[in-house]
Amino acid sequence: MQTPSVSQASPPKRSFLYDPNVRGIFYQTLLVVVVIYLFYMAATNAIENLRRAKIASGFGFLENTAGFDISQTLITYSAAGSTYGEAFVVGLLNTLVVSAIGIVFATILGFLIGIARLSSNWMVRKVSMVYVELLRNIPLLLQLLFWYIAVLGPLPQPRNSVEMGAGFFLNSRGLFMPRPIYASDIWVLLTAIAVGVVGSLAFRTWARRQQAQTGRQYPVGLVTLGLVLGLPVAVWLVLAVAGANPISFDMPRKGTFNLQGGMQILPEFVALLIGLVTYTAAFIAEVVRAGILAVSKGQSEAAGSLGLRPGQTLRLVVIPQAMRVIVPPLTSQYLNLTKNSSLAVAIGYPDLVQVFMGTVLNQTGQAIEVVVITMGVYLTISLLTSFVMNIYNRRVAIVER
Amino acid sequence: MKKALVSIAFGLTASLLATGASAQATLNSVKQKGFLTCGSNTGLAGFGVPDAQGNWTGLDVEFCRAMAAAIFDDPTKVRFIPLAAKDRFTALQSGEVDVLARNSTATMSRETQLGLDFPAINYYDGQGFMVRKKLGVSSAKELNGASICTQQGTTTELNLADYFRANNMKYEVVAFATSDETFKAYDSGRCDAFTTDASGLYAERLRASAPDDHIVLPEIISKEPLGPAVRHGDNQWGDIVKFTHMAMLNAEELGVTKANVEQMKTSDNPEIKRLLGTEGKFGEAVGLTNDWAVRIIKHIGNYGESFERNVGEGSRLKIKRGQNALWTKGGLQYGIPIR
Amino acid sequence: MSTVVDTFRFVRNQQVEALPPPNLARGPIAWIRENLFSGPFNTILTLVVLYLLYVIIPPIVDFVFVNAVWTGTDRDACRAETAGHPVGACWAFVIDKINYFVYGSYPVTERWRVNIFFALLALGVVWLLWLRAPRRDLGAIYFFWLFPILSYILLTGGDADFSNGFWLGFIVLSALIVAGFGAAARFLNAPVKPAVLIGAGIVAVIGITLALLEADWGLQPVPTALWGGILVTLLVATVGIVFSLPFGILLALGRRSKLPIVRMASVIFIEFVRGVPLITVLIMANTMLPLFLPGDMTVDRLARPLIGVAFFASAYMAEVVRGGLQAMPKGQYEGAMSLGLNYPQMMILIILPQALRIVIPGIVNTFIGLFKDTSLVAIVGIFDLIKTIEASRIDPNWAAPTISYTGYAFAALFYFVFCWGMSRYSLGVERRLATGHKH
Repeated sequence: MQTPSVSQASPPKRSFLYDPNVRGIFYQTLLVVVVIYLFYMAATNAIENLRRAKIASGFGFLENTAGFDISQTLITYSAAGSTYGEAFVVGLLNTLVVSAIGIVFATILGFLIGIARLSSNWMVRKVSMVYVELLRNIPLLLQLLFWYIAVLGPLPQPRNSVEMGAGFFLNSRGLFMPRPIYASDIWVLLTAIAVGVVGSLAFRTWARRQQAQTGRQYPVGLVTLGLVLGLPVAVWLVLAVAGANPISFDMPRKGTFNLQGGMQILPEFVALLIGLVTYTAAFIAEVVRAGILAVSKGQSEAAGSLGLRPGQTLRLVVIPQAMRVIVPPLTSQYLNLTKNSSLAVAIGYPDLVQVFMGTVLNQTGQAIEVVVITMGVYLTISLLTSFVMNIYNRRVAIVER
Repeated sequence: MKKALVSIAFGLTASLLATGASAQATLNSVKQKGFLTCGSNTGLAGFGVPDAQGNWTGLDVEFCRAMAAAIFDDPTKVRFIPLAAKDRFTALQSGEVDVLARNSTATMSRETQLGLDFPAINYYDGQGFMVRKKLGVSSAKELNGASICTQQGTTTELNLADYFRANNMKYEVVAFATSDETFKAYDSGRCDAFTTDASGLYAERLRASAPDDHIVLPEIISKEPLGPAVRHGDNQWGDIVKFTHMAMLNAEELGVTKANVEQMKTSDNPEIKRLLGTEGKFGEAVGLTNDWAVRIIKHIGNYGESFERNVGEGSRLKIKRGQNALWTKGGLQYGIPIR
Repeated sequence: MSTVVDTFRFVRNQQVEALPPPNLARGPIAWIRENLFSGPFNTILTLVVLYLLYVIIPPIVDFVFVNAVWTGTDRDACRAETAGHPVGACWAFVIDKINYFVYGSYPVTERWRVNIFFALLALGVVWLLWLRAPRRDLGAIYFFWLFPILSYILLTGGDADFSNGFWLGFIVLSALIVAGFGAAARFLNAPVKPAVLIGAGIVAVIGITLALLEADWGLQPVPTALWGGILVTLLVATVGIVFSLPFGILLALGRRSKLPIVRMASVIFIEFVRGVPLITVLIMANTMLPLFLPGDMTVDRLARPLIGVAFFASAYMAEVVRGGLQAMPKGQYEGAMSLGLNYPQMMILIILPQALRIVIPGIVNTFIGLFKDTSLVAIVGIFDLIKTIEASRIDPNWAAPTISYTGYAFAALFYFVFCWGMSRYSLGVERRLATGHKH
């Protein structure tokens, strides 16, 4: 007998290159090599270019004196004494401030409009739809530019400031208001506020437990309001009567050009805030609408048959369930708002990008460091938020079981 | 695999989009390309401004045209690349432009740390302020407490801080990324004063909705020698820039104009003969032809003509010669002898 | 007792027409009652909204139509004191500047080239988006290969100047690629000829592309510094979509890959880009790209934000495509593998066509976002529509109080028409797909 039949019976010998593992390793090695090569090229080119352009490198520039002024500073900052590092902090704080305030207002407006889109009132429904469609389909940059001239245009020159009473003035330099100056015994007031917050939280827990046990409801909202607001005000009044005023106000007064003293809210800030809030609210409204629609109709019918009023149904039954659907996209809208606040650069509000990627980058020429720091900040904010969100999602998912 | 594809595609794109500007002598590469690339302002009346059709005019623009005339005998062989203040030096360093004629201030750090040369100063300037007439302010010293609009990323922003600090005055700065935004904010009443180089003030004032409502304050708070810049290290190219300007100055001093340059060739004045290349080989010494100055004057004219046409009495800016008059007339413009 | 009732008895043998319901239960009044005044709260809401509309709408109508100025050559037409009546929108300004808004400073005699570009773009978009268009595979080739080449030649004038060295290098590289394919096939005991043909095909496509770009078409070169307006806006958006879709698909596949390093690289890239604002990416492209290239290479100023936008959009597109890949039932993958298809075959023939189809709405929505974001290139000094408007509104010839509002209104209208149209389209596709899945 010949042997070929035997050799045919054994499985055909395939090259080891057909092994998916080997191929996987090959592709990945290739990828790593290419990426490393690209980075290496970029790095050597950058080093060579920087050397040729005689641009310094490293983060030492953060210690150098900045030499320029910034219009809105939340920390003490002056051109003479402050460094680029402090300018960075100023810009970062300005970004955070406008984002935080923007998020609060955008959430309120967005929920209102989202609920309005599902209103039984035809006109409310249509108007909110037009609002959403209009704002979502026009670039934010354009809206900001519009708000800036819309805010700036009608405002009077400082000499003709609109006096709104109680030390409030409005003119084309912004809104001026009394600036509180804290005396040394401010701690009494702070303690009162702390007591109020802790007390109201405790009352809330107690009221919950009581309701669960006895079914009786307590006016949690009123008590909270009284403790958080009323107590400090009362303490303040007592202190004021006693002659130890913990807060006095620095009133704005007219100067040669502008009002002097007091606290000033820049028109750039207002325009940016309005633009971010109205734009983001349109997106939040859609998120809210989708979330509410995701709650099955049976839920609100059941709530209705239990005798809850429509408002209560929405507040106690629909929204809490909708939140599960709403929160993840809502977070990404918050992130979008924070990232979009970088458009401040177009209307001269000194946010992180405007101050750091604008002025500091130009004055120092250290593009790589500045870009890396700025991107790092936004990336950190994003990743932190995603991290917190994941934890929240996990909790919500467990509650669902 | 996909990254490899990406990188190949990227490399291809890059190579498609890239234009070679190598370390070889700039003059040779310019001659090879057949045109000069000139970094210019994004739009500053009188210095460098494109109209809606993309035709460029201005003092700095004419400087580039003069160089093109000297090299190619054709002032149109220039490509203008509009550069924002913050991009201009990188563009020059990276070879994107051959010469930067964009009202840039010559400073020591720019020469020593950024690797640039400012071979000539074609406009002596200084930073000033513009305010509304109705404010009743007549001096910058009265600006205590004012809001001031400025462009970020310029020496202006720093000078401003210095000036107010030195005079112990307070102010509110409102900084914008571009000169357009800055001026529009001032014009719409956001600021009491607007600050930039004095020449820029005159140019921008033309864009105000009511130019006559604004005045330029007399104080000049800084020295701003503006001139074309080139990369450090190519001395031949630097010489061409330098002597393009000097030829225009000498022409003015010697009375050689666009109109009479052809007749002047027959002049007996040895200085004119050397300038116009009928005597000596000065052009060839910098890699040009000997009639290089004739070409400049024939196409562009002398410095005075260019000045009057773009920023002086013949223009809408109506800036006086002042410091930019020839040294013979009490100014600072002093042409190095061609000999 | 039965009595004969002699009264006339009438029995209707035909049904009468039903009476309309009372006016208060149906009809416009009832509708209004039901939808607008169904209770005290709703009544108040309606009244508040009506008041708001009364405050907002008439001034807008006055501004846009009633008091608008349609003709005029300079600012006198649009200033209330010279025109002699209250002035709303100054459309004369837009009409006067419309060519600048559309073409920027593109040379007047060459603007027909831009018009052809617009037409080619419209053709490609319609071909790809119209779901029943014939030969949409050819459409894809057109849109992702031929159209970019044609646009490049048309807009720049072509005649890219490659050196001889470049061509030499290309030929060597081509030979290496073809040889590499052959060698690999040999090594794998696969038929050598088709492999070589594939290699040659790839090389040929690249070679033809390059040759087309280098050929002198007799067009006057137009430097990118002259481009502007809607041309640039559409160009940025087009480059974004043309590059982001293929890259996005690659990144999405990478993110779903079983190979850890590939997956990690994709995740890092996607999450990095999505975590930072576009404006920082643009500034980075603008200031850092030149640093990363060898000293004698520069990238065109317009190309820098294009590269930035392309990368940025890719990351977002990748997430959309990933959604589609995840929505594919596992059976599709298993079925493809059981047929003996390898990974590229499975993806190209089975998975991607289906996955991409279900994410069309997502792709269009991403594209709407991208289209709006193109306005950001204005911040890095590119003359897109917004920048041309910003530059025009400070033209002293047109200095009038309402010029800025007019310019912005024009831009808003432009963006709204495009974005709203696209969002309607994506809704339509969504509905069609939803019905498709039900049966």
